[in-house]
Amino acid sequence: MHPAFSVVFFTTATGAGYGLLALLGVLGGAQIIPPDFWLGFIGMGLALGLIAAGLLSSTGHLGRPERAWRAFSQWRSSWLSREGVASVATFVPAGLFCIGWVFFDRTGGWVAIAGLLAAIGAIVTVCTTGMIYASLKPIAQWHSRYTLPAYLIFSAMTGSVLLNALLQGFALGSRMLLAASMLLTLLGWGWKLATWRYNDALEIATNANTATGLVGGTVRSLEWPHTEENYLLKEMGFRIARKHSARLRQITQVLAFALPVLLLAATLALPWPFAAVLSVLAAIAQLSGMLVERWLFFAEAKHTVSLYYGR
Amino acid sequence: MTCLPSQGGKKLGLVIDLDTCVGCQACATACKEWNTGGHMAPLTDIDPYGGTVDGVWFNRVHAYEHTTEMGGRTVNFPRSCLHCETPACVTVCPTGASYKRASDGIVLIDEDKCIGCKLCSWACPYGAREFDTDVGVMKKCTLCVDRIYNDNLTEEDRVPACVAACPTSARHFGDLGDPRSAVSQLVAERGGVDLMPELGYHPTNKYLPPRAHTRRAASVPAKALEPVRAEGGFLGWVDRMLSN
Repeated sequence: MHPAFSVVFFTTATGAGYGLLALLGVLGGAQIIPPDFWLGFIGMGLALGLIAAGLLSSTGHLGRPERAWRAFSQWRSSWLSREGVASVATFVPAGLFCIGWVFFDRTGGWVAIAGLLAAIGAIVTVCTTGMIYASLKPIAQWHSRYTLPAYLIFSAMTGSVLLNALLQGFALGSRMLLAASMLLTLLGWGWKLATWRYNDALEIATNANTATGLVGGTVRSLEWPHTEENYLLKEMGFRIARKHSARLRQITQVLAFALPVLLLAATLALPWPFAAVLSVLAAIAQLSGMLVERWLFFAEAKHTVSLYYGR
Repeated sequence: MTCLPSQGGKKLGLVIDLDTCVGCQACATACKEWNTGGHMAPLTDIDPYGGTVDGVWFNRVHAYEHTTEMGGRTVNFPRSCLHCETPACVTVCPTGASYKRASDGIVLIDEDKCIGCKLCSWACPYGAREFDTDVGVMKKCTLCVDRIYNDNLTEEDRVPACVAACPTSARHFGDLGDPRSAVSQLVAERGGVDLMPELGYHPTNKYLPPRAHTRRAASVPAKALEPVRAEGGFLGWVDRMLSN
């Protein structure tokens, strides 16, 4: 599958944004995080900014973005429509929570309820994003039990590492949150390794024989219907060299998982300004690594239409 | 709604004979010619005379080499929308632009509602949908819905353009929901198959596999032809002497 930057950025940014929003909603509402003006302003600004930037970016790959409002109508059958509805609906409690925290300096009472609803909305939205990919049968690497949990784990992971960077910046860091973000990063690493292992050993029932209905023997593409790449090949026939794939997997592991865990571990032992700097670096490394991970998620996915072209 | 309609009995579709298809591209060309002025018009071409030619086609003819223990053979393979019974391209559509008609099972796109998100083309395992980068919407085979019900055409022309154009009658159009129809009987007789049945899309269109290999060689009953003009020189003199 062609890794369009708008979609790679969209899923990575909204994943982190919804993760951060859910954690702020729950921990803020439960008074674990103090209702400080600047903390709320920057934290909610970052969460909602990442979500809004991601959603705007996703409209960038539409052929007719001016009709995007129509995408809210088919929630009964379409995961993409459900994602649209859930993402917009989540802005309501998230906005109320933000107003309560930033303008009224309180995170209890109705603001806590709004925070909880925003967290639920965030989780639902991330689920719908994951299901868009998990429900596509022609792409075996996505149509697996690994896809939906991956979106949820990576959202929680990037959200917690961002929240840790934010709290460390305000000298409010806690060992609990540090430990949680390290554990989530290790969980994400393990899940990614398991996914790659599963995909590499995947035995796909669909092949050139079933695609053409020609039984037995070998089916070799002799001649394409066209001389140049068409939409199908540009969009779904994207191929990545095995050696590049191996190198990019290494880069993903270093940036998204190994480096953040090391930086967060060092943060445990360091005082305020250093701990804050390392926490922010961990978040930057992880988000960059997740962009590579998401790029690979697309680049390594093989659509059945490529069988017709002998790819 | 992009929820699938409860299906009536009628399932219009194509039956494609891989035994007789000669890969002449007439169906693809006739399709392009009709449909660039039809229901989903235009079928945009980008840089048609340049080095990076691209464009929207509803029908693409591939050629494959199928090798079995019986030997190898070339199989020409036209690929277009199969008007599936459970088309995921319809259910994934977020806007309701994609729909399947309850009356005859044809899968269509309402171009005025399409936002060009391309998810339907990801959901189609057969590559039946092609994006028009110029108009910004998805396009696909309409089963020539503007021909098959067209009262302005004569009865025999009320078939899809690809079927009308095929010089070897490798393409057949009809109601695959009716077991007594000519196309259904053809499928039963020749053992017509679904493409990628394991994915569960239940395509309406069927493909007739190439007939089995035969050891028979063609026999030519006519005598070999004689040269019209006599040869000259020594060989010509020998020929004339022996012929007398």
